[in-house]
Amino acid sequence: MGPLIPQEIIGQDWNLFIAFIVGIGFGFILEQAGFSSSRKLAGVFYGYDTVVLKVFFGAAVTAMLGLLFFSLFGWIDLNLVYVNPTFLGSAIVGGIVMGIGFIAGGFCPGVSFSAIAIGKIDAMVFLGGIFIGIFMFAEAYPLLESFYMSGNLGALKLSDALGISGGLLAFLVIIAALAMFWIGDLAEKKFPREEY
Amino acid sequence: MKTTYMNPYLAGVLLGLVLLMAFFFSGRGLGASGAVKSTVVTMVSTIAPEHAANSPFYSKYIGEGKSPMKSWLVFEIMGVLIGGFLSGALAGRLKLKIEHFPGISANRRLIFAMIGGILFGFGSQLGRGCASGSALTGMAVLSLSGFISMATMFGTAFALAYFFRKNWI
Repeated sequence: MGPLIPQEIIGQDWNLFIAFIVGIGFGFILEQAGFSSSRKLAGVFYGYDTVVLKVFFGAAVTAMLGLLFFSLFGWIDLNLVYVNPTFLGSAIVGGIVMGIGFIAGGFCPGVSFSAIAIGKIDAMVFLGGIFIGIFMFAEAYPLLESFYMSGNLGALKLSDALGISGGLLAFLVIIAALAMFWIGDLAEKKFPREEY
Repeated sequence: MKTTYMNPYLAGVLLGLVLLMAFFFSGRGLGASGAVKSTVVTMVSTIAPEHAANSPFYSKYIGEGKSPMKSWLVFEIMGVLIGGFLSGALAGRLKLKIEHFPGISANRRLIFAMIGGILFGFGSQLGRGCASGSALTGMAVLSLSGFISMATMFGTAFALAYFFRKNWI
């Protein structure tokens, strides 16, 4: 049955409308969860607020299980769901650069939009930085292209790389998420902070 | 003034369902940096069309029948702004302000926000997506790339947290 638009069960014209509706849900939940506050987000790195960990892994596990069950019930053809390809070198270095950006800026791009929506000036400056950073990458692209394309493993799934089933990998991720939720709660008790 | 947020586990499940809805309808997940990329491409190709056409980066997104602003992520981000605004309005959190740890100045906060944004923007292009597009969506489809993004992004931020502590605690 699904995904509905790639299979043309719903017309292609609806795709951008769906994107808009999905975006409203995305922005609403990010703001409700407190992701519009950089001090709440950065809390995970100092233990005083682990909301990032809980929402991020809660969402990843929910969507992961949802896809596996939908596939099992025949509701979605996973071959038509986009899997982002792995380019080892650029994925690792890109992740490290983003990690520095995260601890320095206190936002990631998605949440900065929800923070801008409620008037956070620091988020607007952060977004200005994203523009500059992308522009710098675009201008430097000819120099970076060979590294950007290196280590191409294609649309590889971690479960295939490890030689286990998708279900088993999801089970292991759930165990890891539960362990992190538990550690998160311990950290919040150990490093409490008043009002921030 | 105390403001209350949604239970994080409930928020996580709801966010996961929104992501699942994107997969079910559009066969793709969430994102954010891609919308900024579309805007940068549009700006550069408007201001310097020749430069854009000759660049191996911009030329991937422009040309016959391609309009970078008519993209899934651009529309999704317009929704994020509206959704965030609605939530902030309902919770009484709409306020123009520079939020920062009281131990640092507002200017210092803005300088670090700018530096962080630049690094995140650059890194998102190198890593083919940011926290929502590569890490969250990638993990949900079990992509190796998604797990690498998540581990390197959070791992680096944890490893460097000590050096940035004066900004936050």
